[in-house]
Amino acid sequence: MRTLFLILALGIFSFSSSDSVLAEQPVVITNSGGIEVGDKAPEFNLKNIDGKMYSFDNIMDANGNKPKGYIVVFTCNTCPYAVANEERLIELHKKYAPKGYPVVAIQPNDPAVQPGDSFQAMKENAKEKGFPFLYLIDEGQEIFPKYGATRTPEVYLVDANRVLRYHGAIDDSPRDPGSVDEKFVEKAIQSMEKGGQPEPASTKAVGCSIKTA
Amino acid sequence: MFKITFLNKIPVLIASCCLPVFFYACKDQDTRTAEETRHSSVSPVEGSEKWPEPNTRLEGIPVYEKFEDLEPVFNFTNDTTYVINFWATWCKPCIKELPYFEEIDSAYKDRKLKVVLVSLDFPDQVETKLVPFVQERNLNSKVVVLLDGKYNDWIDRVSPEWSGAIPATYIYNKNQNKLIGTSFENSSEIKKELNAFL
Repeated sequence: MRTLFLILALGIFSFSSSDSVLAEQPVVITNSGGIEVGDKAPEFNLKNIDGKMYSFDNIMDANGNKPKGYIVVFTCNTCPYAVANEERLIELHKKYAPKGYPVVAIQPNDPAVQPGDSFQAMKENAKEKGFPFLYLIDEGQEIFPKYGATRTPEVYLVDANRVLRYHGAIDDSPRDPGSVDEKFVEKAIQSMEKGGQPEPASTKAVGCSIKTA
Repeated sequence: MFKITFLNKIPVLIASCCLPVFFYACKDQDTRTAEETRHSSVSPVEGSEKWPEPNTRLEGIPVYEKFEDLEPVFNFTNDTTYVINFWATWCKPCIKELPYFEEIDSAYKDRKLKVVLVSLDFPDQVETKLVPFVQERNLNSKVVVLLDGKYNDWIDRVSPEWSGAIPATYIYNKNQNKLIGTSFENSSEIKKELNAFL
């Protein structure tokens, strides 16, 4: 049945679209909302742990310039996978924010369900670990569903035009940093730098479900 | 005491099965007998269920290093419906729904249904957290541990519908399958899903 849908969808798509580049994109059918690679990333205006509001419009890279891309990552304090990736996010930001790709962390869990992810707890965790990047709270849990995020940590690599270029895991070994063979996000940025499309454009990883009331 | 006796038997069981290919049925039978002994309950012998040999066992709990090692469990072609739940001891919503799976496991005892709880606990917590947890809770459902941390290589092989978030439950039989990527609020919700399978 899914195959049938896919064939139908592809058929209709290539029939109606005059844009050959788009027509070559595989059509992925998902049952959850959210964005696919090639889609515009939803806008947000969220509170950072310093109390200031941030959106794509006022986020800058390490040199104070307009970013070439945004490493948007849904993450939190409490998920063991998120914790296992904190150091990797810090390293990513240190390496790529000066090159135009800052990490923008968004905490999507509802603190009413997960008290360890309260705004206060976020501040404390960021201070303790020395997060050099923005750590925004998705108050009201309105932004993560627009992205279609389901777990922490989950990366959405967005380009300067705010188009999603890569979606998924930071690397191929989220649990054990010692077993990483492929750094997906770094590879994706390098592809973007060369003007290419990241490959793989999307990956999966086990993570904690996002906690909502 | 009982467990020690059982553990001592493993080499004998394995040794007795290191025979040519056409004795595979016998090997499967032996493995299953061992597992049933651990659960101290007898379930009906199932047709083509060849349960893969784990890399190791901790207090009787089978531990699989790679997804490939466990993969046959997702592809049995007998008459049984398998309810495979991915969980971990640190995952709060997973722990909350475990009793519902236990309830299903006993409520459908006479039906061709098997609950399998696949723990994704971190390797360094299997012995310290998972094993004591399973023992304290006295879980009746079959518990296995999957250590494969190269998630992107195997999540889609469970189901392309699965994002990787846990808890997640994969229900299948030889005719159909479904991935439920959210947690269950009660056992009725699981039963509702099972109606399509049984």
